Amino acid sequence: MQDFAPLLADTNEIISHSYVSDVTLGSGRVIALVTLDNGKDHTRPNTLGPHTLLEFAGKLDELKKRAANKEIHGVAVTGKPYYLAAGVDLTKVQGLKDRHSGRLIGEMGHWALDKLSDLGVPSFVFINGLALGGGLEVALNAHYRTVNQAAPAIALPEVFLGLIPGWGGAYLLPNLIGIRNALKVIIENPLKQNRMLKPAEALELGIADVMFDSPRFLEQSLDWADDVLGGKKVKRKNEPGKVEKATIWSPAVSIARKTVRQKLGSVPLSPYVALDLIDAAKSGTKKDAFTREDQAIEDLSASDQFHASIYAFNLVQKHAKKPSGAPDKALAVPVTKVGVLGAGLMASQFALLFLRRLEIPVVITDVSQERIDKGLSYIIGELDKLVEKGRLSTDERNRYAGNLSGSLDYAAFSDCDWVIEAVFEELKIKQEVFAELEKHVSEACILATNTSSLSVAEIGSKLANPERVVGFHFFNPVAVMPLVEVVRAPKSSDQAVATAMSVARNLRKTAVITSDSAGFVVNRLLGYLLGEAMRAVDEGASFEQVSEAIAPLGLPMNPFDLLELVGLKVGAHVLDSMHAFSSERFYASANLHKLAEYGKLIDRDAKGNIKGYDKKAMEIVGNGLGKGRSSEEIFESVNLGLAKEVKLMLDEGVVQSAQDIDLGMIMGAAWPFHLGGITPYLDRSGASERAFGGTFHDPMIIGIKG
Amino acid sequence: MQPQDVYFVDGVRTPFGKAGEKGVYWNTRADDLIVKAMIGLLERHPDLDRSAIDDVAIAATTQQGDQGLTIGRTSSILAGLPESVPGFAIDRMCAGAMTAVTTTGSSIGIGAYDLVLAGGVEHMGRHPMGFDADPNPRFLSEKLVSPDALNMGCTAEKIHDRFPALTKDRADAFAVSSQQKAAKAYKDNKIQPDLIPVSAGSEAGWSLVSQDELMRPESTIEGMQGLKTPFRAHGKVTAGNASPLTDGATVALLAGERALAKHGLKPKMKLVSFAFAGVAPEIMGIGPIPATEKALEKAGLKIEDIGLLEINEAFAVQVLSFLDHFGIADDDARVNKFGGAIAFGHPLASSGVRLMNQLAKQFEEHPEVRFGLTTMCIGLGMGGSVVWENSNWKG
Repeated sequence: MQDFAPLLADTNEIISHSYVSDVTLGSGRVIALVTLDNGKDHTRPNTLGPHTLLEFAGKLDELKKRAANKEIHGVAVTGKPYYLAAGVDLTKVQGLKDRHSGRLIGEMGHWALDKLSDLGVPSFVFINGLALGGGLEVALNAHYRTVNQAAPAIALPEVFLGLIPGWGGAYLLPNLIGIRNALKVIIENPLKQNRMLKPAEALELGIADVMFDSPRFLEQSLDWADDVLGGKKVKRKNEPGKVEKATIWSPAVSIARKTVRQKLGSVPLSPYVALDLIDAAKSGTKKDAFTREDQAIEDLSASDQFHASIYAFNLVQKHAKKPSGAPDKALAVPVTKVGVLGAGLMASQFALLFLRRLEIPVVITDVSQERIDKGLSYIIGELDKLVEKGRLSTDERNRYAGNLSGSLDYAAFSDCDWVIEAVFEELKIKQEVFAELEKHVSEACILATNTSSLSVAEIGSKLANPERVVGFHFFNPVAVMPLVEVVRAPKSSDQAVATAMSVARNLRKTAVITSDSAGFVVNRLLGYLLGEAMRAVDEGASFEQVSEAIAPLGLPMNPFDLLELVGLKVGAHVLDSMHAFSSERFYASANLHKLAEYGKLIDRDAKGNIKGYDKKAMEIVGNGLGKGRSSEEIFESVNLGLAKEVKLMLDEGVVQSAQDIDLGMIMGAAWPFHLGGITPYLDRSGASERAFGGTFHDPMIIGIKG
Repeated sequence: MQPQDVYFVDGVRTPFGKAGEKGVYWNTRADDLIVKAMIGLLERHPDLDRSAIDDVAIAATTQQGDQGLTIGRTSSILAGLPESVPGFAIDRMCAGAMTAVTTTGSSIGIGAYDLVLAGGVEHMGRHPMGFDADPNPRFLSEKLVSPDALNMGCTAEKIHDRFPALTKDRADAFAVSSQQKAAKAYKDNKIQPDLIPVSAGSEAGWSLVSQDELMRPESTIEGMQGLKTPFRAHGKVTAGNASPLTDGATVALLAGERALAKHGLKPKMKLVSFAFAGVAPEIMGIGPIPATEKALEKAGLKIEDIGLLEINEAFAVQVLSFLDHFGIADDDARVNKFGGAIAFGHPLASSGVRLMNQLAKQFEEHPEVRFGLTTMCIGLGMGGSVVWENSNWKG
C-alpha cells in the first residue's frame, strides 16, 4: 500500500462505511454483498473520501482472501437507499494544500477501486441509485453492472467542474461502451449544463449490462448475478473491438475536440485533458492509463480553473438559494392572480411562464382587442405545442388555458396581487400604464417592471404608492434563462421585494437583488464588454482581431456573435443607455447603429452555421484596417475595465457581494465556471490588483502554485 | 354474469421475520413486503396479462401508516400493475388473507370477476396488535366481553381452563413437533419454492432474507418446560407453545374456470366451500370448530373426507381443542404436515394464504387425497375455514 497518510490526516470525513453480508443465492452459491452507507438520511448522499476508500479497500482485501478459500463465489457492491455514491467530496479536493495530495487522491481511488477487478471471483456493482463521478467509477471498475430503473441520475460530471474522471473512468468507459458513447458521457453531457443520464440511457449506452425495476431491484440483481456466476454470457454490443480502435477512435476524438473548440474556445483545460486521456485509452495498459489519470488529477486539482469552478458550483447550488439582501420571506404577498401589461411577444412569454409555473389565473391587456387576441392565441398555441411534444397533459393545457384571459378594461386587474409590465421601453408610457392601473388594483398589489434600461424609481414616481414598485428583469428567452434581476428602487418596500423573490422562486428562477442603477448587473458588464469590442472595431481593428484579442477570457461567445444573438438593435440600445449613464466608461458606437440598420453582422451558410463576417458589415465598420491598439492592449483594457466596473458596482452597492455579480454573470450571461463568473478570474489575472490595488476575494480563489 | 368454479392457481409469501428491532424487517416497510410478494408472484406467471386482473384484495389488521391508505390499491400501484386494476383493503384480524381469498373468490364464483390477487401483510414490529385501538367502553362497562378478550395469550389460557384434558405437556409436545416438521419440510425443500426472497436494509447494509427467521428446530420438550408463562402466573401458555410476533406478507392468484382456459393457467386446488363463525371473544381459539362444521356442512362433507388439514397454530392448545373436538390424534399425519405458525410465525392478516400455500404443496404430493381444509382462529372470537379440492386428485 502506498502512503496515503497525507489524505488520511483529515478526520472530519463523513465516512461511507462498507458493510458486508453474505447472501446465499438460489443456486447455493454465495455472494458477498457490500453496502456503502454513510449512516445519514436521504438528504446526504454517500461520498467517497479517503477514509471511505481505505475501509472499502480493506473489505475487498478480506473478500479476496475469502474468495481464494472458496468461501464466496462473487462480490457485489451497492449503496444505501437512493444512492450508490455521489463521488468524491469536492470541498475536500478544493481544500488540498499541495499538488502531491491531489495526485494521491487519484492514486488512492485507483488503488481502492481497482481491487474490484482483481478479487479472484467476478465482481458486480448494483447501481441502486444516484451514481455520479467516482460513484459511477466504482461501478466501472467492476466486471458487471446492473442498474435500477428508478435511479435518479448517472453521470461523469467531472469535466463540468474542471476535472476529469480520474478513478479509471477516462480509460474504462470508452473501453466498455465505445468511443462515441464515451465522448457523449465524459465530454458532451457535462458541457450541456451538466446533463445526466437516465438509467435507460445508461443501459442503452452499455454502462449497465441489465436494468431492473426498483421494487425488487436488489433481489433481481442478485438472481442475475447468480446466473452470470453460473456461466450466463453477458453481451456487450457497444464494447469496442480492434477495428473501432484502429479506425474511428482517433477521428472521433478529433471531431469532438473541434466541436469543443468551436463551442468553448481553447481556454478551459479539463475538456482537452479528458479528450487526450480518452484518445490514449485505445491502446496501452490499464496501469499506464491510470498513471495518466493520476497526473491529470494532480494538474487539474491544482488549477485555478478547478478552484474557480467549485466556487461557481457552490454559488449556483448554495448561494443562489440564499440570496444576499433578501427581506424576510414571510413579508411576501401571496400571489393568487397575475396581471401582464402588454400582449406582445415578451409579455406573452411572461404570461405563459406564469400560467405554467404558478398555476393561477393570468390576465393580459394591451392597447387594442386585436393585439390582445393575438397574444392570447399565441399563448394557447404554445400550450398546444407543449401538448404535442408530450410535455404537457391535455388536462394541464385546459387548466392553463382556462386560467388565461385578456381584457381591454383594467377592471379585470382589480383582484391581481402581482402585475408585471412589458410595454414599450419608454419611461412616459410605463409611467402612464402604471398610473392608470393603480386606480384599479388593491392596496397590496405589487407592480413589477421588466425594464432593462430605465430607472425603476422613475417608472414608479407618478404613483400614489411608489413603494409597491419593484424591478423584475428577465433574460431572453424567458422560459430558458435561469436568472431574474430583482431591482430594489429606493422606495421599494420590503414587501414588494419579498414578493418578487417569492415569485422568482416559484417561477424556478434564480434571483439576484440589485439596486436601481443602469444595466443592473448583467447588462452593465455585458454593455461594458460589448462597448469595448465596438470601440476597438471603431478604432480600426477587424471583428476577428477583436474576437481573438478577447478570446483568452474564455467566454462562451465572442462579442459579435452575442450582439447578433441579442439583436443588433437591442445591443445598440443597451450601449446607448449605458453610455447615457456614464459616457466616460461606456462606449456607444455609431457604427453599431449603422450595422443595426443594415441588419446583419455574420455570414451564415444555408444550415445557419457561421461562415464568417458579412462583407457589407465589414465595409460599414471600415474593413478592419489594422489600425488602433494591439490585441494585448485591447485585452488588458477590457480586463482592467471589468475589474474597475465590478469594484465600482460593489462600492455603489449595486449588489451586496462579488458572489452576487458572479452568480448573475453565470446565470444571466452564461459566463463560464472556469472564470468563477468573473471576479475569481480578475483576481488571479492580476487585473483587480492593477485596477484598484486589491482583490475581490481574500484569500483569492486560486489553485495550488508551484 | 355466469357462475363459475373458483381456483387457487398459485400462492407465495415473503420469508417471515421476527417482529421488533432485532428482526430482519425492522427497517423494511409493510407495503414493500406485500409489493415484493405480489411482484414475485406475477414473475412466476410472466405471460399473464396484468390488465386482466379484476381486483386486488390485501388484508392488514392494523390499517395505519404503511399498512393504511387502502393497501390493496397502494400496493398495486407500487407493484406496477396497470392503473386500470383496482384494489381494496380487508380486515378480519388473523383471517385477513383468508377473507381476502373467500371474498374475491366469491366474486369470481358469481361471475363478476375472473382473476384476482388476494393476500395480506402484517408488520407486527411496526404495528403491534391493537396498537392505537380505541375499544368502545361499553365492551367492559356492560361486560360484553371479558377484559382478557383482547389479549390473545389470555384467551389461550382460557382454552386450558375449559378443557382440562388439554394439558401443558400436550401443548408443548405439539409445539416441538411443529418445529420438527417445519425443519424437515425445509430440509426437503417443501417451503422454499414458494418464498419470495426480500432484500432488507439495516444499519449494517443490505441483506437478502430468503428463509424464515423464527424457526427453532432445536426445540425440545425439556427446553419447553422451563419457559415463562407470561399471560398468567403458573399458567400453561408460553412463548414456546404459541406463535411468535411476526412480520410477513402473502399473496395468492385466484381464477375462475373461464380465466384458466383463457390464460392457460394450471390450478392447484378448487374452492369447495367456506365459512366463518363467531364464539365468545375471550376464548377465540375455539373458533375453527364451528367454522369448520359450517363449511363441511355446506360442502356436504364429513371430517373423515378431509385428507389434509392446515390449521393455523396461533397457540398449540387452540389446535388441540380442534383436534379433540373432531377426534383427531395430536400427531395425526394429516395435520400440518410441514409444521405451522409456531415454527414459521403468524403475521396476523397474512397467515391465511400461508396455510393455502402449504396445503397446495401437499395436494401436489398426494394425488390420492381429494379434499383438504385450511382453518384458523380469529381475534374477537371467530374462526374461519375453507374446504379445498385437490386439482391433482386422481380419483
